[in-house]
Amino acid sequence: MKNSLKEKFLSPSKQTYQESFGKIISSFCILIIIALVVSILGFVTTKGIDTFTQSKINVFDFLFGNVWSPSSTGANGKPEVGAAPMIVTSFTVTLISAAIATPFAIACAIFMTFIANNRGSRLLRSTIELLVGIPSVIYGYIGLTLVVPLVRSIYGGTGFGILAGAIVLFVMILPTVTSLTVDSIKSVPDYYIKASYGLGATRWQTIYKVVLKISLPGILTAVIFGMTRAFGEALAVQMVIGNSITMPTNLTTPASTLTSQLTTGIGNTIMGTLQNNALWSLALVLLFMSLFFNILIKIIGKRGAAKYES
Amino acid sequence: MKRLAYLFSIVGICILFLAGCNNKSNSKEVTAVGSTALQPLVEQAAEQYDSKSNGKITVQGGGSGTGLSQVSQGSVSIGNSDIFANHQLGIDAKKLLDHQVAVVGIAPVTNKDVGVTNLSTKQLKAIFTGKITNWKQVGGKSQKIVVINRVKGSGTRTTFENAILGNQSSVNTQEQDSNGTVKKILSKTPGSISYLSFSFLDKTLQPLSIDNIYPNNKNVTNNKWKIWSYEHMYTQTNPSKEAKEFIKYLQSKKIQSTLVKKLGYISIHDMKVIKNSDNTVIKK
Repeated sequence: MKNSLKEKFLSPSKQTYQESFGKIISSFCILIIIALVVSILGFVTTKGIDTFTQSKINVFDFLFGNVWSPSSTGANGKPEVGAAPMIVTSFTVTLISAAIATPFAIACAIFMTFIANNRGSRLLRSTIELLVGIPSVIYGYIGLTLVVPLVRSIYGGTGFGILAGAIVLFVMILPTVTSLTVDSIKSVPDYYIKASYGLGATRWQTIYKVVLKISLPGILTAVIFGMTRAFGEALAVQMVIGNSITMPTNLTTPASTLTSQLTTGIGNTIMGTLQNNALWSLALVLLFMSLFFNILIKIIGKRGAAKYES
Repeated sequence: MKRLAYLFSIVGICILFLAGCNNKSNSKEVTAVGSTALQPLVEQAAEQYDSKSNGKITVQGGGSGTGLSQVSQGSVSIGNSDIFANHQLGIDAKKLLDHQVAVVGIAPVTNKDVGVTNLSTKQLKAIFTGKITNWKQVGGKSQKIVVINRVKGSGTRTTFENAILGNQSSVNTQEQDSNGTVKKILSKTPGSISYLSFSFLDKTLQPLSIDNIYPNNKNVTNNKWKIWSYEHMYTQTNPSKEAKEFIKYLQSKKIQSTLVKKLGYISIHDMKVIKNSDNTVIKK
């Protein structure tokens, strides 16, 4: 009797097995995910670098060149793979859409947290969440049938271009920016708000001078999250931007983003040729940009936390 | 916990099972990948073919380039392409076997309101290379010409440029990646011009005649209308029996006189000329 009790206490219990079993499963899953990320990064990098190592294209010619025509050779005897028009267009579209979306997102967030009653805020919240679920091809199609003709009737030309792209993207990133802004505003400590009211500030003064100031790092993070999404969106933008690889001079003439060039080009090129590798180099640029946005979010988050923690 | 373990093992077994399945049946299955212009024909033919035989035909899009590269790597049995394999950079055409299953005519098309219905080859070339920029210069309204291209490497664009532009390259302009989108834009954008395969022409658009020759099937069959191409199904030099049979089925009288015509292609049996891969045309 005594012996079996001792054994029972010394030998691993059922719960111990469960513990190690769970540990094994979760570390297995994590390992798979890590391997996946590493292999994606590795694949895009090796493919993207081929343009510079195999075809001896200068990196500066790639980043700052104005002419994109990988199948024909330029003045210096090398294929022309200048990605600057696409990089500039991608940034312009992203910045404009974020600039339009931010005030709307902040207004929605303030309305939801301070002004609306419970029902109104729930209604607005579910409306905005609905926007997230719409597939991007539908945004693109609506852009093609509504936004492009609208831009054309106002500004002339074909209607395709950065403006149409930015308008479509604005609707697409609005939910992301709004819900993150709401989270940030809600995390403002209640005693700051009460103190502000206590000092006799009106609701608007409290929102403007206390709440928005404290949640600023959070709002910035929200905007950058939205920009990351806008920068990476391919299909919807490709449908409304016109896909002309020229340096944009104007918001209503056709242009081409990194992503739209990737989606239109990849099916018509052969693996291993320069035309294909040049597209992988564009993908590499995209990857670096999202990495940059992620680091930016981390930095802003840290600074914001440091400022108001104490 | 136990339930979770069961779930995991079931999922694992399923994955193993599916992977195994795929490997085993690969030799019997025929996968045709590539050109989106040819896709509807192959899809519908495959449907009729499947119901008659035990073989399984899988049809996918992806573009002519994808089709050619996949078939030359041997990852699919048939690569659908709008262009000859030796026109695609990076493909060794000698390793592939060409099977032509249909002919497609391509016409220059404008928005309805430009006021032009006929152009000379020279004028058309000048428009697409950017030398003529207003419809007034070719007898139409005073309106800016908006050139819309398909993306580089698209079969329709390659065919059009081979026939009209020769060695010159097109003006840098907006590019769209499908016939459907081009059609939609042409019908709505004043002053626009592009090119479409015959099956996309309808009353919302204005197809142009070139040197007073009209874009219709009859003019294609005797090569009076120069802008046309074959739809190719490429296989490796020793295709599987199943793939060969399916292609033969597509080339048969029955499919060529029904499905091919119904979908707006031109039957290969109607052609009175043969176009070689270097674009020379000889009488049959």
